[in-house]
This record gives sequence, C-alpha cells and structure tokens, in this order.
Amino acid sequence: MRLRCPICGAPVEVPDDAMPGELVEHDCGVVLEVVRSGDEISLRPFQGVEEDWGE
Amino acid sequence: MPTALLLYDILRDEERLLLKALERFFRVKPLHVPSATMKMGSAAEAEVALERCVGFHRAIASAAAAESWGVRTVNSPLAIAVAGDKVLTTLALLRSGVPIPRTVLAFSVEGLVKAAKEVGYPAVVKPVHGSWGRLLALVNDEETARAIAEHRELLGPAYRVHYVQELVRKPGRDIRSMCIGDAVPVAIYRVSSHWITNTARGARAEPAPVTPELEDVTLRACRAVGVEVGGVDIVEDPERGLLVLEVNAVPEFKNIVRVTGFDVAGAIASYAYGLAKR
Repeated sequence: MRLRCPICGAPVEVPDDAMPGELVEHDCGVVLEVVRSGDEISLRPFQGVEEDWGE
Repeated sequence: MPTALLLYDILRDEERLLLKALERFFRVKPLHVPSATMKMGSAAEAEVALERCVGFHRAIASAAAAESWGVRTVNSPLAIAVAGDKVLTTLALLRSGVPIPRTVLAFSVEGLVKAAKEVGYPAVVKPVHGSWGRLLALVNDEETARAIAEHRELLGPAYRVHYVQELVRKPGRDIRSMCIGDAVPVAIYRVSSHWITNTARGARAEPAPVTPELEDVTLRACRAVGVEVGGVDIVEDPERGLLVLEVNAVPEFKNIVRVTGFDVAGAIASYAYGLAKR
C-alpha cells in the first residue's frame, strides 16, 4: 500500500501485510513506525529507543 | 490447533522469525501491546504467550496481564522483572551458587569511590536497569569514580544505586548462550577489542561451542532467575572459569541465527508447543 510520510509528505511504499510496530526507513532520513487505528494503517515518526528498552 | 499470543511492541527480525515459526504449531495472535488494552483477569483466549516487548516495564505488565488470563506466559512477569534488574539478578545468582564477578553496591558518591576501590581498578559502573551496553562506565581511578558518581547523582533516584563490578580480564570476547527450556542448543562469542563486548556496540559474533561447563552455568543462571527462554551473558576468567554477567529475558537472537544457522525461533516455538500440550 502507498502511504504518506508525515514528515516530508512524499509517498512511502508499505507492504500490504504491514503490522503495527513495524519500522520503515524513508528516503528523507526519518524512521517511521506503522500504526493502526481501527482498520486504518498510517505512519508516524519513530520515537526512538526509550530508556527502559533492552533485552 | 492451540493458540499462541505474541506480545510485542516493535516488530524486529526476531519477532518476524517467531511469528513464522509459531505458525507451524499454533494459530498465532500477534498483540501490539502499545495499542492494546489488557483487562486483568479475563478469560484465556490462548494456551501460550511469548513476551517480546523491548520496553522493560511494558514487558512485565503485558506478561502479567497474560498470566492473569490463565495463559502460560514465557517468560513469566516475575522472571522478566528479576532479569531486568541487575541487583535482583545478582541476588538470585548468588543464592543458587552461580559464579559472578566481584560486585559491590553503593548509594552515594563516597560509597561509589569506596566500592570501586573494593572491587579493584579497573571497575565498571552499570545502571541497575538497562541493556545494550548503555550507560556503562569504566572506572580506572578514584578521580574518575568520583566524577561518574557525581554525574549519576544528577540522573535521579534509580541512578543513585551504584552497581559496581570488577572488569573481568576476558580474552577479547564474551559469550552469549541461549537457554530454551532445559536445553542450551547454541552459543556465540562476541569478539571486540573494546571492553564492552556487546553486538549492539559493534562486537563481532562468531559461533561458540556449547561445552558441558557452559551448558551447566547457562541452565543454572536461567533457573536461578526463573527464565525459561533466555540469553545469558558470560565472561571467561582465566582462573575462575565462567562468570555470569546477566540473564536476558527477552533475548535478541538474529546474530546467533546469522553466524550459526541455528533455528532459534523454531526451537522456541517447539518449546512453546510442548507447554501448550501439557
């Protein structure tokens, strides 16, 4: 599916079976996270590694 | 066919591999925890849950919710809580007689200076919670110890518990071994000339043999912490043998798969299936 980058507005190709939490690197340099709201899939800038992340 | 939940927040290579492997045995329900609500005590809709959240607090909470549904959850919330806390991990390892490096806790600037001297220079100051080699500090002398302590004092209460450990004279590498149930099927060396031998910090992964000693230490460490599926970080001391640094309850394994070819996800899925059949 084709979505829009929330930063630069350019189109971003995302696999049809994309799942929330998937990360997509975009040509404009931003990393985007797939989010789902109801049946709708969209992209938001990835917030980055948080303090309590790890193994 | 039983049902498995995959509790996750960020979908990485490991989670993709697990989803695919679980599908061989289960109806799989991926649950994106950040966008979910999890009512405590609901009826179970799955036999097994695999906890894969990289957020420590999210992992404990979502594993607890799954357990409250009566779902057999791997790892358990208590195991994740202990494994994610270096002080509690150290307590569990000591109680079980698992060998660890010399470790001293301190609670003030002067305490950290004293602790570093006690374990011997160079010492390593580690955050009690934290992973991927972040915020580790190497202390070579009293002046550095004091400076690090003063900086940590400003970071908030969690950083005013100073976990100070000797820097083991490891042979340019450490070991990451995988525990899956009662088995240690695979291990890697993490090779680096840097004192931090973490692949997240650029160390090179190479296959390592699973010796009887490594298998024994890995299983004892995981049992001590209560972890069923875990990645254990181990260093080789020239005199004392294998010493355990930490147990990881949501282990990454893409580097293990890459250099050994071992199907870690398949082994975890198979283990989960064994639990579902009980």
